[in-house]
Amino acid sequence: MSAEDHAGHEQQQVAVYDRGAAIEQSDAFENPGLPPHRPRQTDLHPEKERRAERQVVGWFLVSMLGTVLAIVAYVAVPIVEGDMTSVRLSNLFLGLAIALALLGIGIGGMHWARQLMSSHEVVEERHPSRGSEKSRARAVEIFQLGDQESGFTRRSLIRNTLIGAIALVPLPAIVLFRDLAPAQDAVEAISNTMWRQGTRLALDPTGTPIRAADVTIGSAFHVIPEDLKDLDHDGGYLDQKALASVLLVRVPLDRLNEQPDRAGWSYDGIVAYSKICTHVGCPVALYEQQTHHLLCPCHQSTFDVTDHAKVIFGPAKRPLPQLPITVDDEGYLIAQSDFTEPIGPSYFERLHHIDEGHIPLSAAETENRA
Amino acid sequence: MTSTATRDTFTSRASNYLDERTSMSTLVATLGRKVFPDHWSFMLGEVILYSFVAILLSGTFLTFFFEPSMTEVHYEGSYVPLKGIAMSAAYASSLDISFDIRGGLLMRQVHHWAALLFVAAIGLHMLRVFFTGAFRKPREINWVIGFVLFILAMAEGFTGYSLPDDLLSGNGLAIINGMVKGIPIVGTWISYLFFGGLFPGVDIVPRLFVLHIMLLPALVIALIGVHLVLMVINKHTQFAGPGKTNDNVVGAPIMPLFAAKAGSFFFIVFGVLVLIASTFTINPIWNYGPYDPSPVSAGTQPDWYIGFADGALRLAPGLESELWGMTLSWNILIPMAVLGIFIVLVMFYPFIEQWITGDKREHHIAERPRNNPTRTAIGSAGIVFYAVLWAAASSDLIATHFRLNVFQVTWWLQATLILGPVIAYFLTKRIAIGLQKKDREILLHGYESGRILRLPGGEYVEVHEPLDEYESWRLKSFDTYEPVMVRPNAKGRITPGTHLRAAMTRWFFEDRISPVTRGELEAAKHDGH
Repeated sequence: MSAEDHAGHEQQQVAVYDRGAAIEQSDAFENPGLPPHRPRQTDLHPEKERRAERQVVGWFLVSMLGTVLAIVAYVAVPIVEGDMTSVRLSNLFLGLAIALALLGIGIGGMHWARQLMSSHEVVEERHPSRGSEKSRARAVEIFQLGDQESGFTRRSLIRNTLIGAIALVPLPAIVLFRDLAPAQDAVEAISNTMWRQGTRLALDPTGTPIRAADVTIGSAFHVIPEDLKDLDHDGGYLDQKALASVLLVRVPLDRLNEQPDRAGWSYDGIVAYSKICTHVGCPVALYEQQTHHLLCPCHQSTFDVTDHAKVIFGPAKRPLPQLPITVDDEGYLIAQSDFTEPIGPSYFERLHHIDEGHIPLSAAETENRA
Repeated sequence: MTSTATRDTFTSRASNYLDERTSMSTLVATLGRKVFPDHWSFMLGEVILYSFVAILLSGTFLTFFFEPSMTEVHYEGSYVPLKGIAMSAAYASSLDISFDIRGGLLMRQVHHWAALLFVAAIGLHMLRVFFTGAFRKPREINWVIGFVLFILAMAEGFTGYSLPDDLLSGNGLAIINGMVKGIPIVGTWISYLFFGGLFPGVDIVPRLFVLHIMLLPALVIALIGVHLVLMVINKHTQFAGPGKTNDNVVGAPIMPLFAAKAGSFFFIVFGVLVLIASTFTINPIWNYGPYDPSPVSAGTQPDWYIGFADGALRLAPGLESELWGMTLSWNILIPMAVLGIFIVLVMFYPFIEQWITGDKREHHIAERPRNNPTRTAIGSAGIVFYAVLWAAASSDLIATHFRLNVFQVTWWLQATLILGPVIAYFLTKRIAIGLQKKDREILLHGYESGRILRLPGGEYVEVHEPLDEYESWRLKSFDTYEPVMVRPNAKGRITPGTHLRAAMTRWFFEDRISPVTRGELEAAKHDGH
């Protein structure tokens, strides 16, 4: 495509490039050249020049003052323990003084440059970005010499085995990263939660068990397994909480639309759903009392608690997994089992970890969009 | 520097000492009077560099006090509301930086504000380069490097945002975890390895810390270095103006004017950042509490520069497929793919445009956006696309502030995401062509002087004055292109590529305004105006 014939003479070899679809302007105007230089006020009036000089010095002095003030502020405005106002004042005075010290240099220097330094425009020639013909030829020659002297092209077996070896050598690095995580299988690890048959539902974060009688209509309970509190941080408290968090709601029985085979999963209108959004895993923490909708504050997926937590809006696709619950002899709410399907965002292998006891929602209707 | 220093001063002896060991004079001779053209928009790149220096300085201070560990501690610092609460050492040390170390809060806020300015300036700088065509040959590679820097800046921002281990940063990581899990085949394992087991685990903060303070900054510094070296080699572009041509650079020499202006500007940028940090709170982590996977507050949002990705997640359709026992999360894959395609298109735009124009010449004159209407229109379509995704990250806040239904806001944004760029494209193209027509009008018939004359016959006319030679040059000198014909190649064949290129040039250049020529100007004068 590019016609690389070399127009021009000895003094400057210019490669002529294809102009493509560009139109050649035959009748174009000539560049008028640089306009006459316009002197500044400081060039014309010595007293203005002297004033600018004083201003520059003034700004530099202001900067010095700022530096001193910053050190003064550091010492004179200490942080008093427990006193938030002292933190704010320390931040304010220290910051203002440092800003003054920096801006003094900046503004003074800029004023000097703009008002007092020579403002004459300087013209510099551009040269084509490509190297000179001489250096291009020399570069080609060097590569040829390198090839000849090493036999890179001629000894193709050496070259190809080298390329193969270099291509393979990063592989151990990939293997080395396996132990970033424990030896357990990743999919197994995220597929189960702490809920077991008989685990009491407890309040988050205190761990107080919940009696069915205390769950009033319209209130949402943030729930964790009772034995979660026995774990400490380093023992996986947050990890297990991220899997096992549950939202508990009592829905008026006339509003509760329950599939018959799931009727045994709720207790007297009390339903428990995983709190982890099936979209990307934010806690679905916003409960709308009037509509019994659960709203995810991250991406606005909305689930209908009266209807199996089906999706009625948003980027989530699957309903929130339901925790089968009942009550024990003392009237406390307990889990019948773990969740029957993996909680949280969908992942590739999810379907392999659906329990036998899982009761799918009827038909393919897992959503009920607005 | 042929005859060496005449006076035996300390400076001359020191210079001589250095030069005899480093040949520094060669560097000074080559670069010392290098010329930089002047335009306010060229300042945006400088803002990036200087805010990056502010980030490095304040960030180094923070590393002296920050403890990148998720070991459980009970907070005993001076912020009363959180006393005794179990939290990670990372969060506790972030609180200590804020409340127990003088200047700690200031440095945290300088660091955060500087990071926000850094990304914002990168965005504006990229827009300037795009709309003026400053990415054209020989600067295509530097465009790509700059774009990689933009991605790295966002990665730096995200890793840094996650370090304090507060509620919001942990929530951001939860979203990343969910997105990664949506990747087919490898997603579950990548997430598992990344977090060192279950989410959130106890490894993620130290891992992100190493990325944030070592690997990513090393890449950023190296690429900024290459970016600047290439800028020096290519020399800066300049806008068309009298005396400015494609073969020269007109402006200020490095020694002393440009160095003085640039150096002063560094102090101004740094000073303004400290000023903002001392008066405006940013990221008050003490209000959010330590990370806990269960609570979350309404109005959850990432830092603004991640907003477009969060918005894409919000606008995505709720689709998933279950095929042969495998789950495919389209609600995650579609936004990822859309963003991926958007990024690839922007990154490789210089090569696409060059293939269309077929123009292999070097371009050192920055174009006025109006003089390339189609590119300008594509750019504003891109801006609208990005802006809608960005606004979508606040869909819930838009709904609550304007008392609207959040579902309807989302539907409206979905429609705007598709229609908005189309409307912006046509509007911009027409406006650009309109402005070109106005330029022509001014050149041919002069500008309206505001002087009204009453003619002997009673008619009123406004006197039009011609622009002088210097003022008019900017309006007269620009490149135009025309659609290419479909022609057989050397083998006598017409390939689909030829057809495509011809179609693309029609799309780009069918509607065009050519620069005024001397003949036209002469004709206009004789016309009696």
